[in-house]
Amino acid sequence: MIEVENLHFIYPSNVEALKGISLNIRDGEFVAIMGQNGAGKTTLVKHFNGLLKPSRGFVKINSIETTKTSVAELAKNIGFVFQNPDHQLFSETVEEEIAFALKNFGFKEEVVKKRIDWAMNLLGLSQYRDTSPFLLSGGERKRVALASVLAWNPNTLILDEPTIGQDHRQKENLRQFIIQMQTQKKTIVMVTHDVEFVAECNPRVLLMRDGEIIADGKGTDILTNQELLTKSSIVLPQIAQIFQELSCFGLPQNIIDIYDAKNILIQILEKKK
Amino acid sequence: MSVFDGLKFRKVSSPIHNLDPRIKFFYVIVIFFSAILFNQIIVLLTLFLMTIPFVLLAHVQKEWLRSLRGAAFLAFFIFIVNIASSYFTSGYSLTANQIESAIAMTLRFIVLAGSFSVFFLTTSPDHLGLALEQSHVPYEFAFAFTTAVRFVPVLAEEAQTIMDAQKARGLEMEKGSFLKKIRNYIPVLIPLIVSSIRRSLELAEAMESSIDH
Amino acid sequence: MSIIETKDLTYTYPGGKFPSIKNISMEIRKGEFVLITGPSGCGKTTLCRCFNGLIPNFYQGEIKGEIIVTGLNPLKKQTHEMAKNVGLVFQNPENQLFALSVEKDVAFGLENIGMRREEIRQRVDWALKQVEIYDLRERSPHEISGGQQQRVAIASVLAMQPKLIVLDEPTSFLDPLSAEKIFSIIYEMNKKLGITVVLVEHRLDLTAKYASRIIIMDQGKICLDGKPRKILNTQETRLLGVGIPKATLLYQELLEDKIALSNEIPLCSEELANFLKEQLKAK
Ligand SMILES: Nc1ncnc2c1ncn2[C@@H]1O[C@H](COP(=O)(O)OP(=O)(O)OP(=O)(O)O)[C@@H](O)[C@H]1O
Ligand SMILES: Nc1ncnc2c1ncn2[C@@H]1O[C@H](COP(=O)(O)OP(=O)(O)OP(=O)(O)O)[C@@H](O)[C@H]1O
Ligand SMILES: [Mg+2]
Ligand SMILES: [Mg+2]
Repeated sequence: MIEVENLHFIYPSNVEALKGISLNIRDGEFVAIMGQNGAGKTTLVKHFNGLLKPSRGFVKINSIETTKTSVAELAKNIGFVFQNPDHQLFSETVEEEIAFALKNFGFKEEVVKKRIDWAMNLLGLSQYRDTSPFLLSGGERKRVALASVLAWNPNTLILDEPTIGQDHRQKENLRQFIIQMQTQKKTIVMVTHDVEFVAECNPRVLLMRDGEIIADGKGTDILTNQELLTKSSIVLPQIAQIFQELSCFGLPQNIIDIYDAKNILIQILEKKK
Repeated sequence: MSVFDGLKFRKVSSPIHNLDPRIKFFYVIVIFFSAILFNQIIVLLTLFLMTIPFVLLAHVQKEWLRSLRGAAFLAFFIFIVNIASSYFTSGYSLTANQIESAIAMTLRFIVLAGSFSVFFLTTSPDHLGLALEQSHVPYEFAFAFTTAVRFVPVLAEEAQTIMDAQKARGLEMEKGSFLKKIRNYIPVLIPLIVSSIRRSLELAEAMESSIDH
Repeated sequence: MSIIETKDLTYTYPGGKFPSIKNISMEIRKGEFVLITGPSGCGKTTLCRCFNGLIPNFYQGEIKGEIIVTGLNPLKKQTHEMAKNVGLVFQNPENQLFALSVEKDVAFGLENIGMRREEIRQRVDWALKQVEIYDLRERSPHEISGGQQQRVAIASVLAMQPKLIVLDEPTSFLDPLSAEKIFSIIYEMNKKLGITVVLVEHRLDLTAKYASRIIIMDQGKICLDGKPRKILNTQETRLLGVGIPKATLLYQELLEDKIALSNEIPLCSEELANFLKEQLKAK
């Protein structure tokens, strides 16, 4: 459980990046945080594992305030994948990179090996086991960064832009993985600009703008609200765009899933015949 | 909040912030050369104390102290290395002179760290660049210098992000023996170097397309 | 006139066990808007590095085959000689800017080729207006948003009036509205100024509608190459895991249920919406 109450955060450069955020994320929830560049998304999620401490207000993780504990303490339960993989890769091989956190958390040798195999397989990296992570393509480096955190199977996962540089198949793998995590009651918080990916996942969506949360609700409600999205510099997903253009024909306006769209269109078009 | 904040410029108004950047630059250069030239403890101490009024006037004491605290670790390291090397090279004994010179070396480092920190804390790279150009410093020099200065805070911010990323993977920087502590810096230093190289490559590429050789 | 021509181009990175691009033979003609896509790690960035001579000038390794870009041979020319004809825009906008103000960044290249002051002024203003950031010309490039920074990077390239612009995932760090703006600016450049564009991108939903041609790579090879409507309609494209635009996908799904909306497949939501409107009105 993540509880945030009236959270303000001011960077030392006097930028007020968060202006009174309150929200709760329950265990097992899947939340996407969206909003324009500089809205404060990364700043907000860095509070969830104690990397940043509130200037005002508080953040509680499982009822404990982040100011009363350390990042090292929180990290084991809360995995955090950063936006830019180049900010964390340092090992000689992909295998060692993934092993780093597992060793820090004191997992046993056999477990470490198993978890590495599992994570590399999940992210399609098995062929690169002994390759240096610096010699991989952009998308591959991002996946190594993801693997190195998923490997220790934390209860809560925070993903900052996980789909950058990924092709559709990799995104689909990630989505399946997230679904699997949810069946295990794990919490996932994803910061992203990828509207189509959010439309496919249909999680709870938080919209941020200038350090504030301007909307919080179901994906189908928020991703179909043109006015809200434009305020946060986001465009409608394609399916929602199509249905909006067809609004004069009395079509429902909360459709973002392609198969829902297909079924509705088939019904209408067949009826007309 | 971190030691790197001691290098980041922030926009506030104080007599020191508003001072012509050339004067501050000149001041830092003078301190720099004096600290290199003299190795008497008393001179170095004076140079150090001279910086303090500026720090207070600029209201940056909090950030300045933090950057000194960051430098303390390295200063301690310099001190130990100096003592150890004179101890071993002079046949397992130490003279008062040798201890004094180890203190001087350490102090010299602290003076340099302190004065550079005030400079970066109170001078915007933009003002500095303009000032250098107006004072007819050769363009290439002004350009190289301001580009370097501009990237100091960028580098500092990047180092902070990298430290965050590794802490989130369970790295505890302050844990372990002295040697372990030094080794703890590897997961921070390597990404910092690699992403700086990546950045300079792209920057060079962007500039390359515009330079006629 | 061909802008890029390669024949059996094969390249292996130093220490690489197998080539990252294999036997690439292709021709890109003046004025084309080519979208290169394909699974992560298939060699898109590597191919782009060949276009401007970064390979083999910076990356050693083994290169075979022939390549001519804007009439020059990058295997023989230095990167900066190539750079006059080929503009490059990278993923991360922050890393490409260095000057004290936006207009100085854009002017930097022109000053270096010794252009006259008034002419520089005109070119800079023109380039800034093309990407619609003329109002920001006096700001520091480090004080503006990511989307605006990427526009400065494009303006700097544009000011040099290159024959070819290569963009490698230029919007991955940008919010959707800024990304859309960047793509439409690139499209305008191609349409109005006739600059040849090579764009590497995974998200076809944002870009397919602009391309005049799509090249799909897999495991270092070109496996599909042709007009967008044709490429997106093949079974192979789907199997390669390329992200087909949702509008195109919905059209194909309806077709499977024997609902044919038109003869042409749509590339974006407006097109599909128009097809649907006609159907709904007709009855
Ligand atoms: N280390 C820092 N020091 C000072 N200011 C910062 C720092 N990091 C971010 N900011 C500022 O705080 C605000 C919020 O930044 P943040 O990185 O949280 O945005 P974001 O929503 O994650 O944006 P993006 O989509 O570009 O990643 C911005 O105005 C930014 O310039
Ligand atoms: N500097 C390098 N040294 C050695 N091998 C490399 C280097 N850069 C990339 N590779 C390898 O070459 C292959 C092609 O990489 P490239 O970066 O061209 O892929 P890409 O298609 O751009 O992928 P992405 O969509 O993930 O950016 C990959 O298998 C990668 O591991
Ligand atoms: Mg962010
Ligand atoms: Mg690439």
